Amino acid sequence: MRGNIVIAGIGQTAFGKLPGRSTISMNVEACRKALADAAIDKSVVDAVFVKYPSSRFEGKYGQKVAEALGLQPRIGGVWDQAGASNISMISFAAMAIEAGQCEVALACFADNPNTGSRKVFERSLGDEAAYGWFGVTAGYAMIARRHMAEYGTKHEDLAAVAIACRRHGAANPNAQLRSPLTLERYMSSRFIVEPLRRDDCCLLSDGGAAVLVMSARRARELGVAHPVPILGFGQGQTSWEVPQRPTLTSTCAAISAQTAFRMAGVGLKDIDVAQIYDCFTITVLMTLEDYGFCKKGEVGHFVREGRIEIGGELPINTSGGLLSETGMGGMQLVLEGVRQMRGSATLQVPGARKCVVSNQGGIMHTHSTLILANE
Amino acid sequence: MSEQSDFPLPEITPLTEPYWKALSEGRLTFQRCGSCGAAWLPARAECARCLGDELGWETASGRGRLVSWVVYHHAFHKAFAQRLPYNVAIVELEEGPRLITNIVNPQAGLAVDRPVQLVIEQEHGVALARFRVV
Repeated sequence: MRGNIVIAGIGQTAFGKLPGRSTISMNVEACRKALADAAIDKSVVDAVFVKYPSSRFEGKYGQKVAEALGLQPRIGGVWDQAGASNISMISFAAMAIEAGQCEVALACFADNPNTGSRKVFERSLGDEAAYGWFGVTAGYAMIARRHMAEYGTKHEDLAAVAIACRRHGAANPNAQLRSPLTLERYMSSRFIVEPLRRDDCCLLSDGGAAVLVMSARRARELGVAHPVPILGFGQGQTSWEVPQRPTLTSTCAAISAQTAFRMAGVGLKDIDVAQIYDCFTITVLMTLEDYGFCKKGEVGHFVREGRIEIGGELPINTSGGLLSETGMGGMQLVLEGVRQMRGSATLQVPGARKCVVSNQGGIMHTHSTLILANE
Repeated sequence: MSEQSDFPLPEITPLTEPYWKALSEGRLTFQRCGSCGAAWLPARAECARCLGDELGWETASGRGRLVSWVVYHHAFHKAFAQRLPYNVAIVELEEGPRLITNIVNPQAGLAVDRPVQLVIEQEHGVALARFRVV
């Protein structure tokens, strides 16, 4: 299956504040642009995979998007792994195509928590609310504290991730937050839930993004100009809630990456650029470790001195990531991976031939990995 | 007294009622699987190890260790706005289960894996299982 399936088109809305736009409307805009990018008509689309808006669950949402697209897909619906859903949808689309269940799939996501409601991200965590246990940030902070204690990870290491993403976002005209960050400013920014500061936390954003998935053969038949082959994908599920998780400092991101790299038949050393889900800075540090880019506990050294910035050994989040481009649930990272493989990114990594993209959801409950190629 | 009326009290269900009742009587309890012996908190209907449904309650020693903790500098619920900054911690009981809690004496110095001891405190008419570092 390696390389048989391609991403044939990508599309996105503006990111940031889009008052008055429904998530359905943003999904349609993203899909329209993905079809235009591939220069194909929507009539060939026979599958629609949708991640429901994180800020508001809604029954039969996948069918509502399909209706708005004027499509009656052979396969369609909502896939829920929280923030890991988008890459997982692309992988299920690939498997469905291989199994002959469909030929051309749209996978899309849109949300509007910035002008809509952010309550879902701040809600209480069950009966434990009586102890003041609220919000997604606190779960990641709990993990970050343990990682710092076990491995000596420093605030400066978290800062290195934020600084890299903000530097890259500053160069991206579509990014929501375009102000670069210095270590000094990071260290003086306020704590939200200690040890995490404001600059460790991703943006809240309105926006949508979509990809068009089909076989390489179909892309040739349709005359698609810039198909990007999918070499591998994988998933992993840590599942346990943070307090019940036997270990806090590693996740099933490791399983997800092993599956994807085995399928792709490539190694970590073949990766030229990475888009690593950065809902919080600690997520990037742990994903780099769990993927094997460095040993557990050595990520602080790995990310220092600009190694993950453009021009460094492994540039990450070259369009700014969730910390700077848009705080959406991960499809935008796939789009940047596709641009890097086409050679059309704003901050292009020269000669990049392989890109790994990670998505993760909940509080490191779910993980998915995608490996793209330029070949 | 808006904090009083808005305080997020635990939702007592048939599954969790024994836990909260025992706590109000001064005992921290956890579930023990009658089939495989696994220990659990919070209460669940089936054992997640052997899937058996014969879960009984045992009283914890009250001894444990601090797994991790955070300090809130932002109140996500107005009932906690007056407490900022406040800590929330994960404690692992010596019997195995882990729970969300607060450390009542953070000024004593918090460090992961530090031993802790149960302190039951009343909060808006409900007994909560808190801990002090020892």
